[in-house]
Amino acid sequence: MIVTEPAVFVLEDGHRYVGKAYGARGRTFGEAVFATGMTGYQETLTDPSYAGQIVMMTAPHIGNTGTNDEDLESAKIWVAGFVVRDPSRVVSNHRAIRSLDDDLVEGEVVGISGIDTRAVTRHIRSAGAMRAGIFSGADFALSPDAQLDLVRQGAEMTGLNLSSTVSTAVRYTVPAVGERIGSVAVLDLGVKKSTLNYLADRGFDVEVLPESSTTAEVLALEPSALFYSNGPGDPEASEGHVQVLQDVLRAGVPYFGICFGNQLLGRALGFGTYKLPFGHRGINQPVLDRTTGRVEITSQNHGFAVDAPREGVTESPAGFGRVEVSHVSLNDDVVEGIRCLDINAFSVQYHPEAAAGPHDSMYLFDRFREMVLTGRLDISTATLETESK
Amino acid sequence: MPKREDIKSVLVIGSGPIVIGQACEFDYSGTQACRVLREEGVRVILVNSNPATIMTDPDFADATYIEPITWRVIESIIAKEKPDAILPTLGGQTALNAAIDLHKHGILEKYNVELIGANFEAINKGEDRQIFKELVLQCGADVARSHIAHTVEEAVGFAEDLGYPLVVRPSFTMGGLGSGFAYTEAELRRIVGDGLHQSPTTEVLLEESILGWKEYELELMRDTADNTVVVCSIENVDPVGVHTGDSITVAPALTLTDREYQNLRNIGIDIIRAVGVDTGGCNIQFAIDPSNGRVIVIEMNPRVSRSSALASKATGFPIAKIAAKLAIGYRLDEIPNDITKVTPASFEPTLDYVVVKVPRFAFEKFPAADATLTTTMKSVGEAMAIGRNYTTALQKALRSLEKRGSSFHWDGPASELSKDELLAVAAVPTDGRIVTVQQALRAGASIDEVFEATKIDPWFIDQIVLINEVADAVAASPLTDEDTLRLAKDHGFSDVQIAALRGTTENEIRAIRYGLGVRPVYKTVDTCAGEFPALTPYHYSSYDSETEVMPSERRKVVILGSGPNRIGQGVEFDYSCVHASFALSDAGYETIMINCNPETVSTDYDTSDRLYFEPLTLEDVLEVINAESQSGELVGVVVQLGGQTALGLAKGLKAAGVPILGTTPEAIDLAEERGLFAGILDAAGLLAPKNGVAHDYDSAVVVAEEIGYPVLVRPSYVLGGRGMEIVYDSPSLEDYFVRVAGQGIVGPTHPLLVDRFLDDAIEIDVDALYDGTELYIGGIMEHIEEAGIHSGDSSCTLPPVTLGQDVIARVKKATLGIAEGVGVRGLLNVQFAVGAGVLYVLEANPRASRTVPFVSKALGIPLAKAASRIMVGDSIAALKAEGMLPKLDGSIVPFDAPVSVKEAVLPFKRFRTKEGLVVDSVLGPEMRSTGEVMGIDRDFPRAFAKSQEAAYGGLPLSGAVFVSVSDRDKRAIVLPVLRLQQLGFEILATIGTAEVLNRNGIRTRIVRKYSEGVDLANDEPTIVDLINRNEVDIVINTPSGRSARADGYEIRAAAVAADKPLFTTIAQLGAAVASFDGMKDGFTVTSMQEYAWERAESLERAEELVRAGAGQ
Repeated sequence: MIVTEPAVFVLEDGHRYVGKAYGARGRTFGEAVFATGMTGYQETLTDPSYAGQIVMMTAPHIGNTGTNDEDLESAKIWVAGFVVRDPSRVVSNHRAIRSLDDDLVEGEVVGISGIDTRAVTRHIRSAGAMRAGIFSGADFALSPDAQLDLVRQGAEMTGLNLSSTVSTAVRYTVPAVGERIGSVAVLDLGVKKSTLNYLADRGFDVEVLPESSTTAEVLALEPSALFYSNGPGDPEASEGHVQVLQDVLRAGVPYFGICFGNQLLGRALGFGTYKLPFGHRGINQPVLDRTTGRVEITSQNHGFAVDAPREGVTESPAGFGRVEVSHVSLNDDVVEGIRCLDINAFSVQYHPEAAAGPHDSMYLFDRFREMVLTGRLDISTATLETESK
Repeated sequence: MPKREDIKSVLVIGSGPIVIGQACEFDYSGTQACRVLREEGVRVILVNSNPATIMTDPDFADATYIEPITWRVIESIIAKEKPDAILPTLGGQTALNAAIDLHKHGILEKYNVELIGANFEAINKGEDRQIFKELVLQCGADVARSHIAHTVEEAVGFAEDLGYPLVVRPSFTMGGLGSGFAYTEAELRRIVGDGLHQSPTTEVLLEESILGWKEYELELMRDTADNTVVVCSIENVDPVGVHTGDSITVAPALTLTDREYQNLRNIGIDIIRAVGVDTGGCNIQFAIDPSNGRVIVIEMNPRVSRSSALASKATGFPIAKIAAKLAIGYRLDEIPNDITKVTPASFEPTLDYVVVKVPRFAFEKFPAADATLTTTMKSVGEAMAIGRNYTTALQKALRSLEKRGSSFHWDGPASELSKDELLAVAAVPTDGRIVTVQQALRAGASIDEVFEATKIDPWFIDQIVLINEVADAVAASPLTDEDTLRLAKDHGFSDVQIAALRGTTENEIRAIRYGLGVRPVYKTVDTCAGEFPALTPYHYSSYDSETEVMPSERRKVVILGSGPNRIGQGVEFDYSCVHASFALSDAGYETIMINCNPETVSTDYDTSDRLYFEPLTLEDVLEVINAESQSGELVGVVVQLGGQTALGLAKGLKAAGVPILGTTPEAIDLAEERGLFAGILDAAGLLAPKNGVAHDYDSAVVVAEEIGYPVLVRPSYVLGGRGMEIVYDSPSLEDYFVRVAGQGIVGPTHPLLVDRFLDDAIEIDVDALYDGTELYIGGIMEHIEEAGIHSGDSSCTLPPVTLGQDVIARVKKATLGIAEGVGVRGLLNVQFAVGAGVLYVLEANPRASRTVPFVSKALGIPLAKAASRIMVGDSIAALKAEGMLPKLDGSIVPFDAPVSVKEAVLPFKRFRTKEGLVVDSVLGPEMRSTGEVMGIDRDFPRAFAKSQEAAYGGLPLSGAVFVSVSDRDKRAIVLPVLRLQQLGFEILATIGTAEVLNRNGIRTRIVRKYSEGVDLANDEPTIVDLINRNEVDIVINTPSGRSARADGYEIRAAAVAADKPLFTTIAQLGAAVASFDGMKDGFTVTSMQEYAWERAESLERAEELVRAGAGQ
């Protein structure tokens, strides 16, 4: 039962960490990032935003509760590789139907265990996110130089557009639950199942569109609102999505965006985006809602951020009127949300749908619903009080 | 909202004596709160009756009242100090109950003082079970089906609806006192009867059984702006049915999906809002049905709790400190995270390690007690360990218990017992069940079988399977295989365990390990899993690749703590360790603390320059010392303050070349080794009671008969009088050996000391400092109980109240002789007895004693601080010159000085026999108290009265007194009982005692002995029935030698169960009788700071007198 088959985790700066093979055997490449959530590995693995990334969990014990079908955030595991310290040998949960190890093997996800994940985390924290590779099975036997060369041949995250790899190929609809109040067009840049469910729960017919959809295709649906989802990649490489967003905003359609959708709103309004040194990936991230003074504990997963003035009201360089930064990270002051004052558009950098993560920010879906219903964005309409019901 | 400017002074209520369910975690939280409030410029007024705490050091408050925690005393303090607010949420249930009393008696309104942290409504919502249940349902969460009963009959009726088994929980009690599972109607009647009595509101909750469900706790914090965070999740490895304080627990929760965890989090946040805990922490307990995930909210504490201390240590998030800041108005996002400095406290810590807490029990002290674990907490302490995985944390925690058999082992066959027998044993939760589970798995039990027997989550069971597999790999591999060694180390195996598996010695494994370079690294507890740099050096070991110990070029001192609290070794030792850390830090040393007790101030990362949360075993300590030796200069290790735990490591450390500060290990041996010690006494012209040494029964009988019975038998190298008994004849001696067999306390290397027992002698305790040239008496304490009762259980007074100057001079001279002879550098504790005018030396311990904090408080002499400075080479003269020590030592107490009385608090009520009776409460040479209180006032009667009030809630001023004493005490009771009658008490006695009293002119009502049974014809009850019926207010019962113990036992058990004052010695009775007059006037309160001023003045006068005397 004690696994002894070796594997190695290689970073592009030459650091090598020998561990044990986990999940599928073989080789894999991606951007090495760490995630600090202590629960929710299944949601994390199936979150399309992690496409192209080798995700390392800082929590040591992973896989204890196995996997089930309800907690999938999409149809498959998206991470490029998975790094853990102590994978579970058994599954213990009344909802579990499979083991994580089996899912990783079936999803052909190469992983590694037995790694001093804290040492690697501290290294990435100071050196920044970087390209990496995992080698097991026959690939473990490659020379260290050959392994390092392969890692360095991989693509850098900066400048990468990954939307097409994660988006739905065809349009589909998630019907409204309960009383229907309208429809929302969701541009699938890597959307999570929970997000769609929360939108449908708020009375929207949810029309999920492929990321390649044009302005005309969006407007043809005559949606009550437009929504841009989370997703992987560099927002700077997504000019097409920015163009569609600008067009739809000019057509007067209300907008709500999450994560990647926040970065694209920022760019549509004429602000820049930049890569964070090692990103925010965890479910304990404090965010200040500057309009209410309240603190939310949020789920985050982003390596890029919007570069907008933190203080006061700024004129949109792209001509959408006044804009303000509505939310900031209390850890490092990064922009976590923006709000337009002259058009009906807002977005947040974090994940109100959580999964995994705390439900403190669920009120944002209510705020979105109110905006669509009343035709104006009113920050007082829904507050934290409703969040956990 | 920033800090409230209207709060300029705050009264902090402490938690009183250490009792089971409420231990030194409240010293930790209270100390943090006092510190924070003073930093914020708030005037702090503190009340706490426990002298052994750091918080009652005069440095931690502006006005420190070591007074009983009752609403009347607190009213006096409020009237005198006029605080703006009262903070009741950091002193456990004691403080919360005091706050409720203050509210109910209108004191808060009368003086216009506000409760901060939690107001009366919030306390009530959290604590009143019916209100709380409705509130949980309103929040959309579920509770166990239940009914409230106010009488036993009502309860029996409700049981028909709920079915057996069912849970009984009294309202407003702490540590689950009085609660339990009832499987039958008879059990229900007993538990409900007790519970109604325990509950101040005479009500109990009856609940459907959720036995065997998974149990979780969340620690939450909320601020004035309604920002709420979950600091920590804790999972109980032992499922519902075992009190969380008695469970092995793990943080974070390890067997929840995110959906399940977020559901608990949502419920928790809704509840803290609905209860209305505005500013501060709360703890909520949940049960989850493992088969379908149904969640039930068990209870919440609207205050800082034992679990919050654990959560603070487990995460690095200082709950009490933050709670104090929130209470004075700050918001979470306005408070910085101590550890990262750059991020705010409004976040949820994330862990990249696993924390395991294991309870420490003391059933060996109560052989008659039923050791089954229930919803009533019985553990007396706990150890915590941090590891990078569960197996490591668990194994480290188990070896931190320092108890034989507490760690996993693989000796011989799995067990004498078969797999099925082992499973049957494991099915009943007891101390050490986890090892039984490990043995059952070794014997071939499957995970499913163990789950069926214990309901422990299969994930935790598999981790033990993994440990067994690693053990097999270790046993099967060659001695020097590095991979296997690393594998074993990564799962927390100690060198001792590896050596046992490979049939060699610990030292050999260590040598192989060093040769291969298999050494631990040290990681940091940083609240954020490495996302931000941590500035606080709070470390734990791991066999990973990267160490985070920052090099330092300073001169370093390592202080060894005292490990988990147990009877005989508690908060007093932590007090000394913390003082050493403060004093050495002030003197410019870098202080490094090693300890594994999460309840303590010593394991607060603020206390020392560096904190290593590690087991106190030779291996673990040597590794820390190695890590710290990589930079700077290691001056040495302090071993004499951490009790027997630290002292026991001295030899091994020295053998490994580690410098030991202060008294050398050889000198420590001199005091412990009977023959050598006798030589020292001879040289100093001192007497010990006639004595001898034995290693087995045969030699013991020879020694005892030569000395003459009664004898006091005492194993060497033990603390708290473990295994110590008075033996009256040879058959009893044989019985003694039968009972201690297998406990490893007597044997070839651990001789039994046999002393002539001194009847009717006065016992004297001395704490002193010696630097090689000068002796400095800390204090001379006179025991109130006669010799033969363990000093830890005996009440004592400082200064002595019946000893003459001549005796004191002899004691001082004798102490000096012993200090010189042993070669003490630092602290020395000597116990003397004076019998028939002769001064005997009973024992000497060259280390910090339990009484160090009491002496320090009573006389204002910082003994532990001074001792630590002497250990690093400073002289007593120098310490006097710099003002740390007063010029005159503790042997000179000014004439008008106040008197301090220390009283022990005993846990008998917690322990029941299998038949459900309280265990016997007779005091003896083996210590059984869990804590102590101090009463200080202008004379002995008043101080004694305060000590009784603080320890037991005071003596009744009228009512019925039952007297039944042994023949030898009959002469001595006449006067005190006469006085009781004059005070208006009715006197009851059994026939023998009644005869004596009546002939002495004391009208006495004769009651039937328990052994006579009830006289049904005349409807005459026995004394036990009368006590049970609440018709007796004070019980005086002295056990008579060997015989007639049984009858007395029933009486004492009934008295303890009914919570009646019980005197088992005449000395106690005399002191109590003398105190009645003092009590009638009510208590006056004086702060320690006021005493200090007075003392400084009178010491000055005394110094003048001494100078004048010297000049003549």
